Amino acid sequence: MAAVSGLVSGLLKRRFHWTAPAALQVTVRDAINQGMDEELERDEKVFLLGEEVAQYDGAYKVSRGLWKKYGDKRIIDTPISEMGFAGIAVGAAMAGLRPICEFMTFNFSMQAIDQVINSAAKTYYMSGGLQPVPIVFRGPNGASAGVAAQHSQCFAAWYGHCPGLKVVSPWNSEDAKGLIKSAIRDNNPVVVLENELMYGVPFEFPPEAQSKDFLIPIGKAKIERQGTHITVVSHSRPVGHCLEAAAVLSKEGVECEVINMRTIRPMDMETIEASVMKTNHLVTVEGGWPQFGVGAEICARIMEGPAFNFLDAPAVRVTGADVPMPYAKILEDNSIPQVKDIIFAIKKTLNI
Amino acid sequence: MRKMLAAVSRVLSGASQKPASRVLVASRNFANDATFEIKKCDLHRLEEGPPVTTVLTREDGLKYYRMMQTVRRMELKADQLYKQKIIRGFCHLCDGQEACCVGLEAGINPTDHLITAYRAHGFTFTRGLSVREILAELTGRKGGCAKGKGGSMHMYAKNFYGGNGIVGAQVPLGAGIALACKYNGKDEVCLTLYGDGAANQGQIFEAYNMAALWKLPCIFICENNRYGMGTSVERAAASTDYYKRGDFIPGLRVDGMDILCVREATRFAAAYCRSGKGPILMELQTYRYHGHSMSDPGVSYRTREEIQEVRSKSDPIMLLKDRMVNSNLASVEELKVQSLVHGGLKEIDVEVRKEIEDAAQFATADPEPPLEELGYHIYSSDPPFEVRGANQWIKFKSVS
Repeated sequence: MAAVSGLVSGLLKRRFHWTAPAALQVTVRDAINQGMDEELERDEKVFLLGEEVAQYDGAYKVSRGLWKKYGDKRIIDTPISEMGFAGIAVGAAMAGLRPICEFMTFNFSMQAIDQVINSAAKTYYMSGGLQPVPIVFRGPNGASAGVAAQHSQCFAAWYGHCPGLKVVSPWNSEDAKGLIKSAIRDNNPVVVLENELMYGVPFEFPPEAQSKDFLIPIGKAKIERQGTHITVVSHSRPVGHCLEAAAVLSKEGVECEVINMRTIRPMDMETIEASVMKTNHLVTVEGGWPQFGVGAEICARIMEGPAFNFLDAPAVRVTGADVPMPYAKILEDNSIPQVKDIIFAIKKTLNI
Repeated sequence: MRKMLAAVSRVLSGASQKPASRVLVASRNFANDATFEIKKCDLHRLEEGPPVTTVLTREDGLKYYRMMQTVRRMELKADQLYKQKIIRGFCHLCDGQEACCVGLEAGINPTDHLITAYRAHGFTFTRGLSVREILAELTGRKGGCAKGKGGSMHMYAKNFYGGNGIVGAQVPLGAGIALACKYNGKDEVCLTLYGDGAANQGQIFEAYNMAALWKLPCIFICENNRYGMGTSVERAAASTDYYKRGDFIPGLRVDGMDILCVREATRFAAAYCRSGKGPILMELQTYRYHGHSMSDPGVSYRTREEIQEVRSKSDPIMLLKDRMVNSNLASVEELKVQSLVHGGLKEIDVEVRKEIEDAAQFATADPEPPLEELGYHIYSSDPPFEVRGANQWIKFKSVS
């Protein structure tokens, strides 16, 4: 009897010593792909259109496999006609479908920006609440590598400026999947600013992100790293640089709280303010130009809110250089925020 | 005999009694329908066009007359209200072009779709909104169809997508609505309108290309009223054959002052689209009596003689009335006398005038939207949130 109970208790004890399953690594590209695939499957009205999205599998392979699975009706290759196909997408949304309109990069969205702002963003308001426009505009935004001035602009500030739009900016895979799914399910025009350089980067996918109903709420920032000495706020690829800077500074005893905005509009000021009220210092980091940028807006709002009185130093911005993006590598490298620039700004703010 | 009956009806109308006998008196002498010849349409890439004769029933004739008269009077009332500064901002009137909005509606079903630019009041009415809601939107009141949030250029109704302020932008939108029609597989079509000025917009050619490529059930309609603001068609377009500008898209050029011509052409175009052949283009040759908008007197780039000539020879309401009277579908007095719909004798014109007057009264007396609603309708289907006002202390609630 004792032997049996010993065996049983041994077995019971053994249950608490199992090893965790190997972490699932998913690239940002695959995360977006999964998100779109799940939403296409879930709702018949969702469809994707844009240049090369179907037979080419996507200019950056983000829509790989979708045309094969869903066919011509749901995955539509368009001619090179941004203004035309963006307008077509908005019209389809007005008539009750749920289009995902891909811009090969957001630089080309400038050709269609009238449709995004005047036809999509403003319509629900102008119609007194009669005509919703459930559309997603997505594509890579901001600097890439060596693509020069006309292909490197960041549009976060431009789109973030406009009431009626929602604007999200995912950093990692979890962000990418959760935000694209929320964007597709949202009944409003949502601009999803992806990043080409992040597409191939793998991240650990937490179990909840593997669910078909995994959504990240639009309008909520995430604290990626807790800290006490300074708040560092960023969006998109620079979030990674901020975490690198934080790791370096941690060795010197400076603990940075790194906030991943996730959403540009509506901006989650509460999370930023609560953090600043705790750390008393603020640095914003973005890839876009400084004038009228995301950081400028954050600083203005900090001044207006309760967190101002908690600042021990002026808020500081780290941004892209105020130039059209140059081509030569040394020039390009110095035109976007580097880890050393972030560290320098943090130390300046902390006066160390 | 007819004169005697007319005299009798005039006397009796004072008494406003015995409607039943009046119906008998009024309808006994009139034909139920008549056949009319209509102008042949110029064709582009089409073997055949719409028929050159059409049958108009008395009932339809009275309906079209009433609708066109309502649009006419509504626009003239808007002119008046604008001059009194009760309407402000932009106001683009369509008097002269009534055969277009009424004729197009006569050629399609309510389940079809329509989108146009900013000269939209007539279409807003024909697509189903009341004169009341339209005028109240023009005066910026809460009883307006967009609750005062949109104004002249942003009125919406079921299957009517405005009212669009950016010249040409509505054309890709219309092609998108047509895409949705095809996607949903319900045999519906989308009428996508633009003017002779907009016809030179690049995005329209992008829409032509994609509509043809994907065989979208889109009827592109160029409402050519000869002037894009102050610029005549000859000064704006290398080719003024707007019905051919779709190139690979078949087209027809239609007399836009003749409602029956418009109706037949629309039926033809809608049947073409519904059969899955892809888009088609219609050019409606029409004319606006007013200037481009209320801030344009409309006589610096065209002569008063020209305007007067169109009024006297091609007025769409006059053309319909003459046809109906000459074919015994109605009498002149009878068109001041209504029997079918309301059962009693009233004057259509008088009725219409009253409808417009009442609507104008409402539009003038209704209060402006409450300030608290300034932030409403930013987003659809969202919980309420705060919207910033002119400074950080002024906040508005935003409700979906």
